[in-house]
Amino acid sequence: MVKPLDNKAWWLVLPVFLLVAFNAIVPMMTVVNYSVQDTFGNNQFFWNGVGWYTELLDPSTELGGRFYDSLGRNALFSSIILAIEIPLGILVALCMPKKGWPVAFTLVVLALPLLVPWNVVGTIWQIFARTDIGLLGHTLFGLGIDYNYTQDVFSAWATVIAMDVWHWTSLVALLCYAGLKSIPDAFYQAAKIDGAGRWAVFRTIELPKMGRVLLIAVLLRFMDSFMIYTEPFVVTGGGPGNSTTVLSIDLVKIALGQFDLGKAAAMSIVYYLIILVVCWVYYTVMTQVDDEKRS
Amino acid sequence: MARIDLVELAHSYKPNPRSEADYALQPMTMTWRQGGAYALLGPSGCGKTTLLNIISGLVVPSHGSVHFDDKDVTRLPTERRNIAQVFQFPVIYDTMSVFDNLAFPLRNRGMARPAVEARVREIAHLLDLGSDLGRRARGLGADAKQKVSLGRGLVRADVAAVLFDEPLTVIDPALKWELRSKLKALHRRLDITMIYVTHDQTEALTFADTVVVMHDGGIVQSGRPDELFDRPEHTFVGHFIGSPGMNVMPAEVSGGTARVDGHPIELAGRFDRLPTGARIEIGVRPEYTRLAGAGQGVPVKVERIDDLGRIRFARIRLGALRLAAFVPPGVAPEGDAAGVVFDPAQIHVYADSRRVG
Repeated sequence: MVKPLDNKAWWLVLPVFLLVAFNAIVPMMTVVNYSVQDTFGNNQFFWNGVGWYTELLDPSTELGGRFYDSLGRNALFSSIILAIEIPLGILVALCMPKKGWPVAFTLVVLALPLLVPWNVVGTIWQIFARTDIGLLGHTLFGLGIDYNYTQDVFSAWATVIAMDVWHWTSLVALLCYAGLKSIPDAFYQAAKIDGAGRWAVFRTIELPKMGRVLLIAVLLRFMDSFMIYTEPFVVTGGGPGNSTTVLSIDLVKIALGQFDLGKAAAMSIVYYLIILVVCWVYYTVMTQVDDEKRS
Repeated sequence: MARIDLVELAHSYKPNPRSEADYALQPMTMTWRQGGAYALLGPSGCGKTTLLNIISGLVVPSHGSVHFDDKDVTRLPTERRNIAQVFQFPVIYDTMSVFDNLAFPLRNRGMARPAVEARVREIAHLLDLGSDLGRRARGLGADAKQKVSLGRGLVRADVAAVLFDEPLTVIDPALKWELRSKLKALHRRLDITMIYVTHDQTEALTFADTVVVMHDGGIVQSGRPDELFDRPEHTFVGHFIGSPGMNVMPAEVSGGTARVDGHPIELAGRFDRLPTGARIEIGVRPEYTRLAGAGQGVPVKVERIDDLGRIRFARIRLGALRLAAFVPPGVAPEGDAAGVVFDPAQIHVYADSRRVG
């Protein structure tokens, strides 16, 4: 059979392309445009080439120093978040009921934090953690713990991390639960027959079967935690000092606080590329490892 | 290695069973002798898997008890009762190699390394998995995966029995035949009790030396394949075993004669004391129901003739009853009028579906 071959079908992609261009590509190019220019106001722009980029990537400059400090805080934050939320999410999923009405109940309770908007989560925790009127802050203070997220760096970090764990562990748990539910009963029965203990069942059945969803969970939690803005902005405002100033907060300070559009634009692009590259490398490596295991 | 006894065993998945219909397994007492090759045959939903899971300990029966060599194991958990089970769909441990998969049940029981190595190699060799031992199990095809599952079932030498729950469902037909013969050979070689669940009569009859037929949660007959064929104890066995199934006809039986639709049929023996009020039927296999020319035997109408290659069966009507009959070579009915002759020695009489006499 001869199949007529032409490329007319590409025209069908045009509406999507236009939509994406309108809401993503064109705005993005505006940022690229700003990042290679300098302005002194009055809507007058001067060509600056890769000037902002070299300054940004050189740690000895003021901008570069700020950038690397914030980037380091982002990396630390994402690492802590992944190290807590992934194991905790798996644990919660393993403890969730498997049948009957408790399933629906647990799912609803777990989904609740996911429905709360970011800035509301921030506000809740900001009040919750206050030592004068907040339940958590007051209790900790009452127990004699020196807790004050507005002045103490450790308290500030602990608060922001606790808040993120409260907000997003549910997502990991729900994804893992979906992975666990897809394991047929026969696997557990076979493990019993084969005399496997609880740990062996987890290691040899549950964890491998959750591999795919964990891949997605790690990816989502990495991207989201790396781009975090609202919660620390609402709770700590990046302080005390600069101790919780992550890239996104710094970016807003430079762009809207100092109105350094060129610097901010260059930083945005680099920030964006970091997330893109890390996710791409991670996903490619993980799926390749997966394929190698298969063959 | 053990004899398995089921004593007054019954099971209901409901907490408070009231009627017979609430039971997945009707009360039964039976013995599986050490070293037997059993097939548990029955349609889907007849309780085969429930019975198997009770023997392996995955399900605790609501009534009665299970004994391995006089030891009551009814409440003993699976991992402590020395039993192996192979499931319908391949169960493999994704992250492990074929070798580790086969070694898993042995290692979990703390077997010494050299012994594990020797046993795994032996079983892998028997199942033609020798060359795949180093490969990752998840990369294998469905057939090979199921072989690994079978291997894990067979690898432990000390098991009381190996239970197979329709293990060849996912295997392609050509390999199915080969694997079944292999299992049979393994059974002879390893001398372990095997219980093989299936709904496929060919599979059951070729694998087992004792076929146990289940129907509606109860065991209706257990015996050698030829016994099931020649003397079905229950009309269900007659229907389920043999293709086409047995002809079962409502009849009035008095003395040595049965009347079907008004036509007298001679029986081999006399049936003078049939239970009163029971539903009386006679059953005769199509192989012993011979089609003849019009005017001979009982007059019937021929609907069509199925040529199965070496033999032919006629689909016929006796009044409102649809029957099947063997067509001897050379017989070619003209039109739809013909007669059938039943072999009196092969006619069974059933009262309420159970064989009498």
